[in-house]
Amino acid sequence: MIELTINGTRHRIDGDPAEPLLYVLRDDLGLYAAKFGCGLGQCGSCTVLVDGKPAQSCITPIAALEDRVVMTIEGLGSARTPGPVQQAFIDEQAAQCGYCIPGMIARAEALLRADPRPSEAAMRDAMRPSLCRCGTHMRILRAVRRAAVAMGGGIVDPAEPVS
Amino acid sequence: MPVEGPLRRRWPRILALIAVAVLTVLAIFALWAREPVIAAIGRPDPASFDPRQVALGASLARIGNCASCHSVPGGRVYAGGTPIQTPFGTIHGSNITPDPETGIGQWSYEAFARSMREGLGRDGSHLYPAFPYDRLRHTSNADLRALYAFLMTRDAVRAEPPANSLIPPLGWRPVLAGWKLLALPRTAPQGPQPQLGALWERGRYLGEGLAHCASCHSPRGLLQQELRERAYEGGWSDGWYAPPLDATSPAVREWTAERLDAYLRTGLSTAHAAAAGPMGPVAHNLARAPEDDVRALATYYAWTMRDARAARSEPVLPDRGTVAARAHPSGAALFRGACAACHEPGAPMMVAGRPDLRLGSPLHDDNPRNAVQVILQGLEPPVEPHGPYMPAYADTLTDKQIAEVTAYMRARWGSGPDWGNLVEAVADARAENGE
Amino acid sequence: MSGVARRDLLRGGGLVVLFALAGTGVGQEGGTSGGGEGTGAPPEVAPELPGSLAEFPHLDAWIRIAPDGAATVFTGKAELGQGIGMALLQIAADELDLPLERVSLVTADTARTPDEGITSGSQSLQNSGTAIANAAANVRYLLAERAAQLFRVAAQTLTTTNGIVRARDGRQASYGELAASLSLHVEARPDVRRKRVDARDHIGRDRPRRDIPPKLTGAAAYVQDMRMPGMLHARVIRGPAEGTRLTAPDFDAIARLPGIAQVVRVGDFAAMLGPREWPLVQAMLAVGRVPWARDDTPLPQGDLREAIRNLPTEPEVILARDAVTLPAVRRITARYDRPYLMHGAIGPSCAVALWKDGAMTVWTHSQGVYPLRSALAELLDLPLERIRCIHREGAGCYGHNGADDVAADAALAARAVPGRPVKLTWTREQEHGWEPLGPAMVTELSAALDANGHIAEWTHAVWSNTHSTRPSQAGDLLAGLEVGRGFAPSPPRAIPQPNGGGDRNAIPLYTLPRATITNMFVPQMPVRVSALRGLGAHMNVFAIESMIDELAMAAGGDPVAFRLRHLSDPRAIAVIRTLADRFGWARQKSERWRGQGFAFARYKNSGAYCAVAIDLRVEPETGKTTVLRADAAVDAGETVSPDGLRNQIEGGIVQSISWTAHEEVRFDTARRTAFDWSSYPILRFDAAPQRMAVHVIDRPGQPFLGAGEASQGPAAAAFANALARATRQRLRSMPLNAERIRIALDGFGTR
Ligand code: FES
Ligand code: FES
Repeated sequence: MIELTINGTRHRIDGDPAEPLLYVLRDDLGLYAAKFGCGLGQCGSCTVLVDGKPAQSCITPIAALEDRVVMTIEGLGSARTPGPVQQAFIDEQAAQCGYCIPGMIARAEALLRADPRPSEAAMRDAMRPSLCRCGTHMRILRAVRRAAVAMGGGIVDPAEPVS
Repeated sequence: MPVEGPLRRRWPRILALIAVAVLTVLAIFALWAREPVIAAIGRPDPASFDPRQVALGASLARIGNCASCHSVPGGRVYAGGTPIQTPFGTIHGSNITPDPETGIGQWSYEAFARSMREGLGRDGSHLYPAFPYDRLRHTSNADLRALYAFLMTRDAVRAEPPANSLIPPLGWRPVLAGWKLLALPRTAPQGPQPQLGALWERGRYLGEGLAHCASCHSPRGLLQQELRERAYEGGWSDGWYAPPLDATSPAVREWTAERLDAYLRTGLSTAHAAAAGPMGPVAHNLARAPEDDVRALATYYAWTMRDARAARSEPVLPDRGTVAARAHPSGAALFRGACAACHEPGAPMMVAGRPDLRLGSPLHDDNPRNAVQVILQGLEPPVEPHGPYMPAYADTLTDKQIAEVTAYMRARWGSGPDWGNLVEAVADARAENGE
Repeated sequence: MSGVARRDLLRGGGLVVLFALAGTGVGQEGGTSGGGEGTGAPPEVAPELPGSLAEFPHLDAWIRIAPDGAATVFTGKAELGQGIGMALLQIAADELDLPLERVSLVTADTARTPDEGITSGSQSLQNSGTAIANAAANVRYLLAERAAQLFRVAAQTLTTTNGIVRARDGRQASYGELAASLSLHVEARPDVRRKRVDARDHIGRDRPRRDIPPKLTGAAAYVQDMRMPGMLHARVIRGPAEGTRLTAPDFDAIARLPGIAQVVRVGDFAAMLGPREWPLVQAMLAVGRVPWARDDTPLPQGDLREAIRNLPTEPEVILARDAVTLPAVRRITARYDRPYLMHGAIGPSCAVALWKDGAMTVWTHSQGVYPLRSALAELLDLPLERIRCIHREGAGCYGHNGADDVAADAALAARAVPGRPVKLTWTREQEHGWEPLGPAMVTELSAALDANGHIAEWTHAVWSNTHSTRPSQAGDLLAGLEVGRGFAPSPPRAIPQPNGGGDRNAIPLYTLPRATITNMFVPQMPVRVSALRGLGAHMNVFAIESMIDELAMAAGGDPVAFRLRHLSDPRAIAVIRTLADRFGWARQKSERWRGQGFAFARYKNSGAYCAVAIDLRVEPETGKTTVLRADAAVDAGETVSPDGLRNQIEGGIVQSISWTAHEEVRFDTARRTAFDWSSYPILRFDAAPQRMAVHVIDRPGQPFLGAGEASQGPAAAAFANALARATRQRLRSMPLNAERIRIALDGFGTR
């Protein structure tokens, strides 16, 4: 029996402590934002926040999560009342197929919590573990910048000047 | 507590006397420590260098792994700025592009050669021994000339590296003259052995000198000097353990020249593991060096490890899964959820031929540092673009959890006794990583 | 609001009693709706009608009006992340004169929507958009016509606003009321006018995509997210990669593993089922320990591009011009090629299937639910009517990936458990190991300049396998080859011009008085390949636009001016001029290790016009490139959604940079060695361009031109051209990655 705190709610999970959080979220709790992409920690589509930091839920066994705080992007807002990072992604229409985007949002949220005014390099570095096949990168970065501004932090160097 | 009465009035005079004494000593010391300035020159015309010499210099620079300390990721190569952590503070790699103001554009060959041999800047200032001139000094004149030609034909990049932050008094460079006096290794490195052939000799020349493998793979003394008499017994670099390259090598598979060659050029030996930590950039650079030279290095270091245990006989590698799980149940569970998808026998990565965990040295080292580091930091393909990739678990797992999973893996696949207090080992590694 | 179409455009249209979707057959060469990828849509029955109306002329196939006046629009195209859903809604709302929120969309579903073949070839707006626009205009016209009858006034005196028809005297009727007494099962008429351009509310304006907020907040948006009562999860059991098979799997032992409810076997096909996913994930480790073998002949050693180049061909000359030109004074001959590429969807392929009451329902992210249904019918030995394929979104697939194969896997698994839905998901490694790859290609070009710096001669030959093995029969599905019923794959075929497969975009838009262009179709496939976004256009445009730059340099001229000199199409010229202007082409100066590149193409010579300019920097020591800026100009005809169009072009550029500069499937002689993202790396954020801008040239009133595949070719060539300027080295073999660049530069410390 493992007790998890997810989006502020306690859940008692009676199962294999080795089971990665991703399957518990999707199969038991009906939380679909975190996606299966690889199960190998290589793509970031399953990213959630654990104690405010980005964690790839496909390789995070629930045994590792007792006494820790898990936040999925369902916990950041809803379609009606999106959180500021979600709103920034909506405002930038930063999605094509959208499959990678929940993971991107989780990662952006963690970045802006740790560094409300990130440099361009810090932003790209923070987003680096997450893959997008649709090439939505430019919009995703724009959304992160927009969120940084909207959340009161700001950005250091929006884009490299071109001669 | 405040100083009262007459004493307080006397203090300034006493302080002044002390200061004068100290300054006098320092001045004498500094005079003694002073080395001559070598006159500035105008930047040599890149076209004045022989392209073949430049090409040779390019390959030597890769063997010397120069780019690792003299460039920041994403920055211009050789423009400096890389922070190098030492027990005494942080030093930043200098700009070695031919920019006249911020780089070495005004350096004559003599100034360059003197820096490589004696650890002196063109202005005569002493260079920190993070710059491994104690090894680079063994480079031939011809090769130094080639390196010079190569560097002087790079783009001049204007970039001032950040200031070093060192504990006092190390910020004061004349102190380094004292260091040189006390600590510069006096024992000669492994000398030539003509009967071992030309390839071996080439490997010895490069490895003992320019490639400065011993700088990481040897223990260091109190003053951080390389303990040359204990060369290759294993050392430390950037928070990672550089395992022994001698008879004490913990490897469980023989480091043959072929395997070492593959490892150095691709960052992966299928009989061992992937290059991790600071070894990654080494492989990255060697992948771009002449094949013969890498082969020579492999030949030489296969020789230095010729008496290692795996060279005598390769042990059968047990999989003590059940025992280990019983001893470390939570480590076993964490492993199944966090690691098995790649590392359990039958995982596609294993089917694809990537080495399994028992082959690498981390689980056989006498300390857990590399096992812990690779879990904390993960792995990028050392030689881009294809290659081993591992996610970092620093944010996902706690110290205790990493300790548990490490203990489980050691018990399941490792050799040697338990590592003891692993929670502390994880905390130490995190501290060294600047977390 | 605009008036109704003029009375004099009216023609009689009879009412037909039954609602029926015509044409369920699947032709190999298909109609236009197949995106030119071979397995297309039914034949045209009303060729005078625009878009897919030609195949499905009845209005109620496209649009239905509910009693409350809300409209439902039906499209046979699928939302693949290209934003087609919103664009079609905008079109429908505009032409119907309904508020956007009162229009909803039903996408590809064999039981409900018109058979528009495959969603591919950037044809969704061209076919479905055009059909819906005209169907909607027809419907609005019929509603007004009906109101005119009721009010006893002339139709042209009526106006429509927000779902209400109004007469001048103030009388009004809602669409709901009017539709109740109207059959929409009438054929569309070609002469009904669409709304005037200046009266449009939505077309040409940015409307936020409806699907985005739910996708960003955790709604079950994808087939991967589906959950149904009693649903079982499933994994398919196969060898590690295409061409391999497990030699002696112990299925009984697998069935005994914890959490495995059942192992389904049909011939050599096997899948395991269980109520929860995690036990299946663990059981896959046991599958992985089973030895495997390759039965087919070993793959050729070395770079498979060479193998493709040397296999027997079925050459076809697709362009032969031999006008007399000035004599050639300078000739350049070059080979350009690309490796096998992966679709590499971020979410592995997945399908849900339910076998109930003798009928199979499959929820799939296939791009072609209709052809898939035909293939499944053969595989399952069922009549077409007993199979329903419903499109649900998956992760962006960019062509024919594992979507169809996994649908077959799920269907076979589901047939063993009647009444229980089965969700079968491929593993990441199965996706990498088994998806049909984007074909490797080789092109050989030779071109010559005359004394005036004009192109005097041009030859282009392109070697490639087929570019579509999309399933139309059981043998086209992986499972079909495993069930042991003797199914064989459809014979590989070239896709004919004007769309072309390997030769897509092999014919330049430039003025070439003397030219020979040959499609060297290679029937034999060393590895299974199929459609990847843009098909041959990526390679051919890369080759053509690289060669154009090489010629421009040889002619000593500016590459943009050189292109303009050889173009006559005013829209092409406008796109190039716009980009050159916005990018500041004339002001760019090439520095050491920094260069700018320009490229242009009109997709398929019939789709969108797109030009791309790239400014990049090379680190000579490592060969690493940094794209400082990538800009594009695009003319996609009438722009429905400018932001949606920009999104497509931006994404296409980034994806193309990933293909062109980073990606390559590698092989040993037994199999592909790419099995995950570490062995098949794609572009990550650090390698995305520093800046990007897309300039849209709107052409209101012009036909929609698909743009989803317009930017990949130009982006690839612009990258190569910028690289050539930055390094003074011409790289012609993809990927133009750090390793190849460094090798090209090495030994040249100075230049
Ligand atoms: S699914 Fe977790 S990182 Fe890919
Ligand atoms: S938007 Fe499709 S994968 Fe990122």
